[in-house]
Amino acid sequence: MNRVLARQLKTNVCGSKHIFQRAWSTHVTRKVSSTAGSNESNANSTGDSPQHDIAIVGGGMVGIALAASLASKPLTKHLNVAIIDNNPLLGRKNIIEKGHLPDPRVSTVTPATISFLKDIGAWKYIEEQRHAYFDKMQVWDYTGLGYTRYNAKDVDQDILGCVVENKVLQSSQLSCVQESDLQKTIYPARLNSMDMLPSSSLTGLGEVPSTADLFMRGRLAKLELSDGNNVYAKLVVGADGSKSRVRELAGIKTTGWNYSQNAIICTVEHTVENFTAWQRFLPNGPIALLPVGDKFSNIVWTMDPTEASDRRSMSEDDFIKAVNDALDYGYGPHPEITSSGGSSLSWLTGDVNISAKERFETPPKVVKLSSERMMFPLSLRHAKDYVSNRVALVGDSAHTVHPLAGQGVNLGFADASALSRAIAEGIALGTDIGEANLLKRYEAERKPANIAMMAVLDGIQKMYAVNFGPLNAFRAAAFHGAHYISPLKKRIISYASGEQSLPLFS
Amino acid sequence: MNQMRRILSARRLSPSIKPPPCFLHRRPFSTSETDASSELLSSPHQNIQTHEDGASDKSRSTKTTSLKEHELAKFSAIADTWWHSEGPFKPLHLMNPTRLAFIRSTLCRHFSKDPSSARPFEGLRLIDVGCGGGLLSEPLARMGATVTGIDAVDKNVKIARLHADMDPMTSKIEYHCTTAERLVDEGRTFDAVLALEVIEHVANPAEFCKSLSALTIPNGATILSTINRSMRAYASAIVAAEYILQWLPKGTHQWSSFLTPEELTMILRGASVDVKEMAGFVYNPITGRWLLSDDISVNFIAYGTKRE
Repeated sequence: MNRVLARQLKTNVCGSKHIFQRAWSTHVTRKVSSTAGSNESNANSTGDSPQHDIAIVGGGMVGIALAASLASKPLTKHLNVAIIDNNPLLGRKNIIEKGHLPDPRVSTVTPATISFLKDIGAWKYIEEQRHAYFDKMQVWDYTGLGYTRYNAKDVDQDILGCVVENKVLQSSQLSCVQESDLQKTIYPARLNSMDMLPSSSLTGLGEVPSTADLFMRGRLAKLELSDGNNVYAKLVVGADGSKSRVRELAGIKTTGWNYSQNAIICTVEHTVENFTAWQRFLPNGPIALLPVGDKFSNIVWTMDPTEASDRRSMSEDDFIKAVNDALDYGYGPHPEITSSGGSSLSWLTGDVNISAKERFETPPKVVKLSSERMMFPLSLRHAKDYVSNRVALVGDSAHTVHPLAGQGVNLGFADASALSRAIAEGIALGTDIGEANLLKRYEAERKPANIAMMAVLDGIQKMYAVNFGPLNAFRAAAFHGAHYISPLKKRIISYASGEQSLPLFS
Repeated sequence: MNQMRRILSARRLSPSIKPPPCFLHRRPFSTSETDASSELLSSPHQNIQTHEDGASDKSRSTKTTSLKEHELAKFSAIADTWWHSEGPFKPLHLMNPTRLAFIRSTLCRHFSKDPSSARPFEGLRLIDVGCGGGLLSEPLARMGATVTGIDAVDKNVKIARLHADMDPMTSKIEYHCTTAERLVDEGRTFDAVLALEVIEHVANPAEFCKSLSALTIPNGATILSTINRSMRAYASAIVAAEYILQWLPKGTHQWSSFLTPEELTMILRGASVDVKEMAGFVYNPITGRWLLSDDISVNFIAYGTKRE
């Protein structure tokens, strides 16, 4: 008990009074429930190891999204949740000072994710920080044979997406969790090992079985943390990223391969504001320019590993020149602006395709590099199972994708939403939340959608990896088709926006 | 057949042991379909029946400490399979959430409880007649109800007790090896009475419904589920489930003892229970899930209220 108190105080040293009060109330409820001897699942006898309903390993965007989603639902907001992450910034409020430069780690959130964030009450916090809506997108490649422009008005929407810094996403959701009634404990430690036994009967036990007894009978999972604590929970959620420890300990196998590509990300500045998302496919990988607000943009440039280390270490001016080149005339010509091309296909265009009439534009010039250049290797990885005995995987631990369409974290948010819905349904029907059937429902909902998206993204990546005449012509035709054929364009936008979870049959 | 042999052999081997009186009221096989499947497992465990104390002592089934150690070990082995969601009772595990969804929505409406609460049945006394291993009783207890589970087969009650003790939220369930009639004689009443997949195994459905009704307080709720006596039910519940898919052992159900929804409604009306809602369960073989639907031609569930 004292150790838990000390831990709470440590995390609150830099935090606000608000969190401190929360921590005390968490404590108080636990004490009360144990003395009252109620039937609540979080009845925690003093001196016993802490027992939680759900242990979320990994306090990143998706892990906290799950906690926030549970906190926002009436059926689940009384649960006892443990968050295990040794990031010392977790739990500190106001870690983002206003007016600072945008962090290069940003994510594009699709409209579906935005409505999820609104449902959990986090969007209002995000709007207080820097965020950039965009309503136009332009995609073209180095061959100059075609381009596609997308406009939110093609599908009668106002926006195609919004670009938000990862820190902002994480801290806004954490604020929601802090303010809610959810009983949460943050353990600033790493997960060392995890154990769950198969279910078996109790024999000859006393009135209230202790935590250790319940673990021995397979009703709880045991997590051993790096600071020596043992945490027990009915369900362990692995939200700890592509090198997930939970996935490894649960023995879940993965398939996948490494793309022989690294991505460089950085923040750059323009002289004018940017409201469009730009992506140009180059011979070695795409370069994307995404608005982040206030004349800043984020660059995600995928290339060979050798080129990547060169570009990372070259001087800032050279890098800016390389970027402008890549977005402009480098590697190949601009696509021709053919207004006549529109009329020959106008029988396919239909009435509502505003972006088909838009001309090709050159992206705004980059004038300054505003952050360090970060480099990441890219790979595709997919877990064979998303669930196992008392374990569920969400986010990158279940699936890692190529960043070329900005879908990665959006799939993770969809996972968090689906899992919290499955848990709420389980609680409504009185099920034990670690039960296999319940978790399998979550897997059945998300796995096909995630696999479909990964297949599409991998297909696009491979299609652009080869410089081959007929393939280039096919890609050009694809550009033209997506640009001019309205139903196809609407479907593409709707799928990329997350409104549709499967590319074909919804 | 096995059952009769067992009872006779029990009489022969240990004349002092009487077969449990609960056997005398009922047909030779048990009052829940899951019991019938547990009979499959019971053949290697015949010894348990012969050594078991014949008296269906209520206190015996609720306290684990008075059971003998070696018996406990055997029961533990069976209990695991009962609750194993991929084991022989898989079909019932699959159907459970669907039944619970119907029960939750009708009882919340009946007792004006908040459906978005995690424990809507707080303060309600429920009885699960033919509880088997407690598949229905435990979720109901987690929803806050004070649950009593009864079953005519002592083995099932023991299994249910062992499993319920594993979770502090379900350890307060009362399990008894007894019958509905006996409870009526004792004058027990409950806010809601549930008898799922029982009435098709009962010798006299009308008497059974009268007992259920007597157990319900005036303006209380009664919920029954069973299988319709239709051609489709013969094809699915008997031919498909017992012979082709082998979900249930052959002979679990007798088509002639199925009741049609109209017959069930009439019987219940004769027992002062007015059926208010009925729904069907439909199995989707592609997703492997059961869904609630308007189709009452095979499995159906009925909710009724007791007149004042």
